[in-house]
Amino acid sequence: MRQMKNFLGTQWGIISVGAFIGVFASLLQKWGNPGNMGVCVACFARDIAGALGLHRAGVVQYMRPEIIGFVLGSLVAAIASREFRPRVGSAPIVRFVLGVFAMIGALVFLGCPWRAMLRLSAGDWNAILGLLGLIGGIWVGTLFLKGGYNLGRSNKTYASVGWIMPLIMLGFLVLLFMFPQIDGEQKSGVLFYSTKGPGAMHASIAVSLIIGLAIGFFAQRSRFCTMGAFRDLILFRIPHLFYGVLALIAFAFLTSLILGQFHPGFAKQPVAHNMHLWNFGGMVLAGLAFCLAGGCPGRQLFMAGEGDGDAAVFVLGMIVGAAFAHNFGLASSPKGVGPHGIAAVIIGLLVCTFFGLTMRQKA
Amino acid sequence: MPEIVDASGLSCPQPVLMTLNKIKVLNKGEIEVLVDTDTSKENVSRAAQSQGWEVAGVTESGGGYKILIKKE
Repeated sequence: MRQMKNFLGTQWGIISVGAFIGVFASLLQKWGNPGNMGVCVACFARDIAGALGLHRAGVVQYMRPEIIGFVLGSLVAAIASREFRPRVGSAPIVRFVLGVFAMIGALVFLGCPWRAMLRLSAGDWNAILGLLGLIGGIWVGTLFLKGGYNLGRSNKTYASVGWIMPLIMLGFLVLLFMFPQIDGEQKSGVLFYSTKGPGAMHASIAVSLIIGLAIGFFAQRSRFCTMGAFRDLILFRIPHLFYGVLALIAFAFLTSLILGQFHPGFAKQPVAHNMHLWNFGGMVLAGLAFCLAGGCPGRQLFMAGEGDGDAAVFVLGMIVGAAFAHNFGLASSPKGVGPHGIAAVIIGLLVCTFFGLTMRQKA
Repeated sequence: MPEIVDASGLSCPQPVLMTLNKIKVLNKGEIEVLVDTDTSKENVSRAAQSQGWEVAGVTESGGGYKILIKKE
């Protein structure tokens, strides 16, 4: 265990984890997940919100086992390496709101940073705008960080607090097994399913869960973070995490090429739109919100798995944000941005700026 | 006596930010950084080394870590 810990924490460790995610995310697409969406934390959290009936967008309803696996895989890794540290209390309500707006921004672009990289590596050039937006949002976040922005200290707490998000995910898994999909039906027990659209496209539960658990385990050990990659590069000139995302993009590209999933161009890309300004703008908001919250959506799940109650609140914010996004016409579709998506991005940027400017610790 | 940077309870990237700020002020000497997660321990150690500082010791303390970094 200790040797593995040492390896995954090294430069080659983070590169291996990025490569693993790149290869298996691309394979998940071959095995049934939607196009360029082998793993998308935002899209999959949104699908979970749909499965629970928190929104009723019929094409995006599925209890994604990958997300469950991320949290539980991280939990196993954290316990095995004695890193399960229950903690909570660092501005949870702010983290909730950041989760909401991070999700809204990601759904205006149609993907989290992970999917932006998968889209790029499969030739969807719209993702270039999304990634530039992500980097721009993170850059603004680093300005706030340099100005003293800080969410405050968390406190050690009861083990039960750290167990809440893993137990919620375990509950979701139980629901998935209790109420499996019925062919052609939109509902099974309490869970909603999609009969068409991205929500209807998924690998088998076992494959999704096993890959999710593996990614959760390795990512916890390596601290893989798609936001931290750019933040650390901009703020500290430390490229450690950046090597991980480079490996993800490179290996997803190679796997896409081998599997015949590489289709370069702007037009007719799966679950994507061509409104460049809002591909950019949506991800500026998401990048800024992730930066202010201290982790990309994947990292928030992994931290929730290792007992961080504040990251768990961010995750709940993402799920609620997804419900808002689809109930209020904020999320984009392949036709373009939703009727109120632009307004939501502007409001989100204002809210993030408010946090960034007012939550400052005086030196 | 080393200078103390208390980053306990603070999440990414605060421990690194605080450590690098202190490194800039001192330029050389000894700094003891208090953190409470393994992630922060690794990040602070990596950041200090990137500035030419040496990680002289890591001790467990109150559920977290004390990281002693120094530069002659």
